[in-house]
Amino acid sequence: MGFVNYRGRVIIVNSSPAPGTPMIEVSGITKAFGSTKALTGVSLTVERGTVLGLLGPNGAGKTTLVRILATLMHPDSGTARINGIDVLAEPQRARGLIGLAGQYAAVDELLTGRENLEMVGRLYGLSRTDSAARANETLERLTLTEAADRPVKTYSGGMRRRLDLGASLVGRPIVLILDEPTTGLDPRTRSELWQFITDLVAQGTTVLLTTQYLEEADVLADRIVVLDRGGIIAEGTADELKAKQGGDVVDVKPVDPDNIPRIAELLSDIAGQPQIDVRTGRVLVPVGDLRGVDVLTTVARMISDSGIELDDLAIRRPSLDDVFLALTGHAAEQTDGGTGATDEETAPSTKRASRRSKRTERAA
Amino acid sequence: MSTGISRMVTDSIVVTKRNLIRMRRLPEAIFFNSVQPVMFVLLFRYVFGGAINTGGEYVNFLIPGILVQTSLFGGAGTAIGLNEDMGKGIIDRFRSLPMARSAVLTGRILADVARNVFVVLLMLAVGTAVGFRFNNGFFPAIAAIAVLLLFGMAFSWMFALVGLSVKTAESAQIASFLPVFPLTFAASTFVPLDSMPGWLQVFARNQPVSHAVNAVRKLTQGSAVQGINLAAEVWLTLAWSGGITIVFATLAIRKYRKVD
Repeated sequence: MGFVNYRGRVIIVNSSPAPGTPMIEVSGITKAFGSTKALTGVSLTVERGTVLGLLGPNGAGKTTLVRILATLMHPDSGTARINGIDVLAEPQRARGLIGLAGQYAAVDELLTGRENLEMVGRLYGLSRTDSAARANETLERLTLTEAADRPVKTYSGGMRRRLDLGASLVGRPIVLILDEPTTGLDPRTRSELWQFITDLVAQGTTVLLTTQYLEEADVLADRIVVLDRGGIIAEGTADELKAKQGGDVVDVKPVDPDNIPRIAELLSDIAGQPQIDVRTGRVLVPVGDLRGVDVLTTVARMISDSGIELDDLAIRRPSLDDVFLALTGHAAEQTDGGTGATDEETAPSTKRASRRSKRTERAA
Repeated sequence: MSTGISRMVTDSIVVTKRNLIRMRRLPEAIFFNSVQPVMFVLLFRYVFGGAINTGGEYVNFLIPGILVQTSLFGGAGTAIGLNEDMGKGIIDRFRSLPMARSAVLTGRILADVARNVFVVLLMLAVGTAVGFRFNNGFFPAIAAIAVLLLFGMAFSWMFALVGLSVKTAESAQIASFLPVFPLTFAASTFVPLDSMPGWLQVFARNQPVSHAVNAVRKLTQGSAVQGINLAAEVWLTLAWSGGITIVFATLAIRKYRKVD
């Protein structure tokens, strides 16, 4: 038992913390699958009681990093520590500290919600009575008490995800690793889960969260690390990342998306370098040090002179989406990453497909 | 160290319980797994049996063979079940928990032994219905069932390795049947060995399934079958079971532990 002062509140942490050291410390991690470099030297730290959002498109290396931290995979080089414990040298001790909730609900469909949680509790080393009590308490927190004694196959997608999260909480982990916890969920269920994660953090849990949803990182994460092609390309708070973008943006949306390259060309000398967002069919002009209104009127005049018909023209604060686009610069992959919900939903087969591709890569 | 062993036992029991609950909630899996051996019983008892000369009641020759075959085929469930758990992320969940690393496999295999008890009893009931009789008393009959379960369990370790090595549940099923077919058919399971060509007899006589079938046959029929050295067949079956368990349990646990 230890006490940690977190944001003015004194909370109890059910493990002996080593004050001063970060809760998660990753240093120089590399991992390659055959000729594909999944991670190219990633280092990051997560302070106690905070949320780190790991943001990146599909294939950026997020899941690889999560699997290494969760002791499911060995890196080629580098170190990873959780609460000072070397994950590679003492995986069994590290497992006692972490809770992992996957991209998809890794719960047993034929077991009831309660049976799933009690099983995980027992495997965390709890006694039968303790695991039953813990399961009850977790079901209640996740408002699954009513469905507790029904087989999971009768649950909705959101209920399954809650149960999956619940399974990662039964052992009262001090570190929660969430791999795309809300991918494929409807907005209402998503915000419920967000609230739940926020509550956990308020009670002192440290969270590492991967996501393709920029909004999710914006809402939940104290700090954000942007991962692309196996390396970190930016990090900071959401506000810091937005500030890097250079103030407001003028957002131009033509009626005919074919005009996008022409617009980008046309507006290239007004203010910042225009960025094309293929997914939403927009051109974004960063205002930089100029006055937003001036840039907006200039853009309006030039577009109107060119005769291109516009659907929308606005000046706004940059979103994390804009930041991401500016950082990664490759819109095609952003399309994959940004919409994600479609292909990640069918996770078991996706997973197998990725295993298959790993194997072919190795064979190659 | 004792805590390590007690953890291993507790965790294995927890995982066994999970697998038994699954079996109970999915009775059709056991039902359809039992249809095939029942078909074999009917096929050999009433279609092929008349043409096979074993020098005694064919049904008493057949059922011990069917029992061994059924105990082996049941192991395919181990391969498929483990593979499905991998695909669904359940194995990842287990791997991320501070539990005994071998418990996922031992829990799976113990549950399969429990299922085999059920299936063996079911096949004995079917066998009795078509004329099979124990002719060697109660305790040898119990010993025969114990030999069956032990032999089936040894092969379950092989199936565990298969399940962890292939990519889909479908290939797990096919890959499981590949070794089982030659082993159960090129054996004394359905026909007397001396009806086979000489080169095949060499293989058939010396492979584990024939030993297990001979042991069960002699244990259930006693002096009604001739030419089987009971002690030798039982010891060979136990030796094979032990050897298969040691080799494949080592490989399967290593495979499970391997983090890539």
